[in-house]
Amino acid sequence: MSTVTVDPSTVLPDEGPIEHRIVEKRSVKTATILAVATALLALLLVASPRQGKTNFQITLGNEFFSIGEGGVVAVPAVPFAWICVAIMAVLTVVAFVLSYRYSKFPGWASAVFGLLAVAAFLSWAGAGAQGRLNVVGLIGNAILVAIPLVFGALGGVIGERAGVVNIAIEAQLLMAAFTGAVVGSLTANAWVGLLAAILAGAGVAAILGVFAINYRVEQVIVGVVLNVLIIGVTTFLFSAWLQTDMQRLNSTLEHRFPDIAIPLLSRIPIIGPALFNRPVIVYIMYVAVAAVWFALYRTRWGLRTRAVGEHPKAADTVGIKVNATRWLAVLIAGAIVGIGGASYTLVSNPSFNREMTAGFGYIALAAVIFGNWDPIRASLAGLLFGFAINLQSVLSVIGSPVPSQFMLMLPYVVTLLAVAGLVGKSRAPAADGVAYTVEGH
Amino acid sequence: MSTNEPLAISESQQMNLDTEPEGRWKGAFREMLAGGPGVAIGALILAFLVGSIMIAFTNAAVREAASYFFARPQDFFSALGSAMGGAYSSLIRGSIFNWEAPTFQRMISPLLLTLHNSGPLICAGLGVAVTFKAGLFNIGGRGQMLMAAVFAGWLAFGLPNLPVGIHLIVCILGGILGGALWGALAGFLNAKTGAHEVIATIMLNYVALYLLQYLLATPGLMQNPGSSNPITPATPMSAQLPRLFGRQFPLNAGFLIALLAVAFCWWLLNRSSLGFAFKAVGENKRAAKVAGINTDRMTITVFAISGALLALAGAMQVLGTVTTGFTDGIDGGIGFDGITVALLGGSQPVGVLFAGLLFGAFKAGGSMMQAGQMIPIEIVSVIQSLIVLFIAAPPLVRAIFHLPQPSQVAAAKKAAAKAAKAEAKAAAKKEVSA
Repeated sequence: MSTVTVDPSTVLPDEGPIEHRIVEKRSVKTATILAVATALLALLLVASPRQGKTNFQITLGNEFFSIGEGGVVAVPAVPFAWICVAIMAVLTVVAFVLSYRYSKFPGWASAVFGLLAVAAFLSWAGAGAQGRLNVVGLIGNAILVAIPLVFGALGGVIGERAGVVNIAIEAQLLMAAFTGAVVGSLTANAWVGLLAAILAGAGVAAILGVFAINYRVEQVIVGVVLNVLIIGVTTFLFSAWLQTDMQRLNSTLEHRFPDIAIPLLSRIPIIGPALFNRPVIVYIMYVAVAAVWFALYRTRWGLRTRAVGEHPKAADTVGIKVNATRWLAVLIAGAIVGIGGASYTLVSNPSFNREMTAGFGYIALAAVIFGNWDPIRASLAGLLFGFAINLQSVLSVIGSPVPSQFMLMLPYVVTLLAVAGLVGKSRAPAADGVAYTVEGH
Repeated sequence: MSTNEPLAISESQQMNLDTEPEGRWKGAFREMLAGGPGVAIGALILAFLVGSIMIAFTNAAVREAASYFFARPQDFFSALGSAMGGAYSSLIRGSIFNWEAPTFQRMISPLLLTLHNSGPLICAGLGVAVTFKAGLFNIGGRGQMLMAAVFAGWLAFGLPNLPVGIHLIVCILGGILGGALWGALAGFLNAKTGAHEVIATIMLNYVALYLLQYLLATPGLMQNPGSSNPITPATPMSAQLPRLFGRQFPLNAGFLIALLAVAFCWWLLNRSSLGFAFKAVGENKRAAKVAGINTDRMTITVFAISGALLALAGAMQVLGTVTTGFTDGIDGGIGFDGITVALLGGSQPVGVLFAGLLFGAFKAGGSMMQAGQMIPIEIVSVIQSLIVLFIAAPPLVRAIFHLPQPSQVAAAKKAAAKAAKAEAKAAAKKEVSA
């Protein structure tokens, strides 16, 4: 829904009374996307029907109550998938009706639609398999995979909102993972490792700041070169230094963050073990998403940061120090990305390995854009991409007919469609990537 | 407030026009080129200084001597000296001339290896440089190289019965087509939907990577028959680039193709009307549009040409460097190296030629350092990226080496001129009074 008002200044005064019109437009984009998704799933079910049942592992035994037999629910695969598709079709019709009435399809309904689509797909993919589809693990591991993506996306959002493009998320993640592993191993303390990783992330951000803000080098170039530099530095030090004494320098197996169960919450079926029985970094992530949102939209710092990203000259005119504000934002962003990088070696893996971030920095960048430079939506995009990446490994275990490479491709294709304006609209901060020169200096 | 769809797209394009100040990239390059030889030498010294510190830090003998530095500092310095001497002598012996080799052929073989390495690097650098000239940035070299490898490889394995010379030409042209299409796709997305070309090319890199992985992992597509590993069959002899100095030297006709590509790009950018249009778009997109240049079509064309040049690098890899069957790592990081080559070469074809030769030498020498001195080859990418970082920020290098800043030079000149004028005036006055 949109409103376009006629600019009064374009109407001459002697042409009669000024008419303010509100023009409303119908947007059928959401409904069309839902229709296409529903049709594709139905086509899949028609073209490749599968036999047997799908075993969903719903509960693990520690929850308030158990669902199914030993936590396992076996559903007839194809009928269940068809039921899901039928409900999706109804939701699609609702979306068309709402758009006809100029109303918006609510966000929660889109979420329900997405859940149904995933359930239908999983039911179809797991049909007849001997193994169980562990729903708890599916969600829980997706959270773990998504940690660097969410922190990376948060850092990216802060930097770009302040007008500094951060292509170097990959470099910050990798440097933080490296530093976290070395310091965590040497001190045998995950918290010290985390602190060092935060400093490492901010350190890489400081290099970005020096070149992008002070020396006004093209930000995209600095970011790309920084990625090459940090991949080189970490791999060099890994080969020439860490590998000489892996036990002492690069072994966080016994010093990693343990899972912490939150009382009561962790016993809720499905989401309890998946979301509330996790290492402390996951809880930091929940808090960080909310904190970044609050800081950007509800504090003076956030207003100033967004101002220098949208219109630095105006911000300068009202007395905001543009480059100092950008510096602070870049450093904070680097520190936040550093937490995500630490998760590689202090949560997910027992040691650092060369190029272990494997392009996740670029996926985080994709999440920033897909999330339209908004911290919450970017984090959700990070979670979505984490889910898709994790789904691929789950499907390869139960033997799915979809080639894993196409699942891995998904985040990138979705982002391409997003930046091309086919899925949602993306609009970068106006002064994103433009260095600011203070006049008279 | 939100707007409807067609408006949103045109608005975002408008926004791109508004937010990108004209000659944004051009400004960056003018800075770099204005640096002059002083800054270039300073950047090299700084980069090698950092590289040396890293080599020293990881050298076992140096670290051991450092532990009793105050007791016997001469041990530390002799260890440091031998570490540096070993590293840099093997860098030179691996890349230019190996004076320790037993035969003359073996002595000059490093130089030929350097030329061999630089072929794909030069092509990749040219590809990136062309987009820089048009005010765009192609970081999708990896994807374009991979698509070129898919096309060239498929033609190489799929048509083994073609005559010797024709097979090679078909493979190269096929590879160029693959890369050009992949590049043009990025250009199309940028021109028609306003998608930022940096994001589009990064994403297309991964799409190409997973596409190739799928082709490699699926029997009957590009996987070597009878193998379960994700690797293609070997490149047939009829599709291999001929070697220039016999089988014992890796240098092949790819280097000559790279030289032709340099000449082509020089002609394109300095003598052709198409190149003039590219540069016009790069200098001032809006002015170019007003002057009647179809900027959308130029964007797509630039990306197609850039993709074709990167494809040349990809085809060289398949048809010359890795002929025993390739994996998803066939690009060898050259797509990204091309960016640093283009930056170091100032986006000028001849500059790219020399930057490519330098990086080719680093690559050859780095292998020798790794084999002989146990120094990981990644030190090369560290030094390369540091060179580009420092060259990109001339004021920083000038400040470190106390070189005069251009503004100071100008001010000093002005002041000197003023003083001279005043002197002349005073002299004239004196004369008059006398």
